[in-house]
Amino acid sequence: MNNKNKQIADEMNEIELIIGKILRIGVIISATIMIIGLLLFLVTGNSGYDQNYIPNNFKVIFKGIVQLKPYAIMMLGIFCLILTPVLRVVVSIYSFYKEKDKLYVYITSIVLIILIFSLFI
Amino acid sequence: MINIAITMIVLGIIAGIAGAILGLGGGIIVTPILTLMFGLDIKYAIGASIIVVIATSSGSTIAYLKDEVLNLRVAMFLEIATTVGAIAGALLTGILSPKYLYILFGLLLVFSAYNMVKKLLNKNSKTSQIKNDQLATKLKLNGSYYDKSSKKQLDYNVQNVPGGFIVMFGAGLASGLLGIGSGAFKVIAMDTFMKMPLKPSSATSNLMMGVTAAASATVYFFNGSILPYIAVPLALGILLGSVIGSRIMQILPAKWIRAIFVPVLFYIGINMLLQGFGVKL
Repeated sequence: MNNKNKQIADEMNEIELIIGKILRIGVIISATIMIIGLLLFLVTGNSGYDQNYIPNNFKVIFKGIVQLKPYAIMMLGIFCLILTPVLRVVVSIYSFYKEKDKLYVYITSIVLIILIFSLFI
Repeated sequence: MINIAITMIVLGIIAGIAGAILGLGGGIIVTPILTLMFGLDIKYAIGASIIVVIATSSGSTIAYLKDEVLNLRVAMFLEIATTVGAIAGALLTGILSPKYLYILFGLLLVFSAYNMVKKLLNKNSKTSQIKNDQLATKLKLNGSYYDKSSKKQLDYNVQNVPGGFIVMFGAGLASGLLGIGSGAFKVIAMDTFMKMPLKPSSATSNLMMGVTAAASATVYFFNGSILPYIAVPLALGILLGSVIGSRIMQILPAKWIRAIFVPVLFYIGINMLLQGFGVKL
């Protein structure tokens, strides 16, 4: 029994490390996109849009990314950053599942559902 | 343009370090600076501040995760209250006058700062042994963490789960309504109400802030309150600052963290009260 517990603990440690790495990659990706956008903005001195216009829907943003518009790339970076805490919740569900902690699979799933719900308000 | 970018990155680094050490989102530091010093419209300041909150949280979560100070169960359980609160807050914006919330939360902050001063002055600073709480045990909220400054593994029990849950709902409400991380309230809920030690409270609050802020950040993102040329360099500075800050915070003794925390609470509390009574600084 003790051996089994130790095995689970080792496995959990490994999962925690993997989660840490996934999150780090998520943060690095969003930071990289933001840096590219910011550099492009500073070099060209132009947002790529009319003065004071902020691209704030996916259609405009994706169209702008194809055309390498600085504001579109910066907004994509910001959106990726907003998604990193959501990613944290998703991987936590997996972690609790691996730990065979049903109660917390449910609790964390409720949090994820609330977050998805907030996207559509 | 390049001047603004550099200023925002530097402001971000400072706010990030302060935020990670104090368990605050940094938003509460950034919003007054952007509005009072740079004359930015409060709408855009709030938009930038919610991104700052997420950057602080994501930057330092990585550091805490590795050191296992964080209590993931406490975070996820209480997150139900904060995310629902954040959505309710976002929906309430415009209906309720924020004036009353400012006053109410201002009072709560000043009261908590006073409470912390009392704790600091108390010579008997040994952490009191908390009795086993039935609900906390059922929810598996009790935890342990490795304290780097005393080089010991410390176990702790959690109590008053319903009280903490209700305060967390209020914290989420304030976050959705005002675009802040309301990390101060989250630390209060865990530290003062649930009697969790300060370090796991701060680390857990940091993780929770990001998740709570994500619930309202999408609203700000799609309604055009986020100015990329302000938010992006700020977020980059914050990411860097919060990684540095969370390293510093593990070496600082808990008493020091508390001592830094008290004036910040007083400051924010009085600011909120003034705002509530319509006094412009």
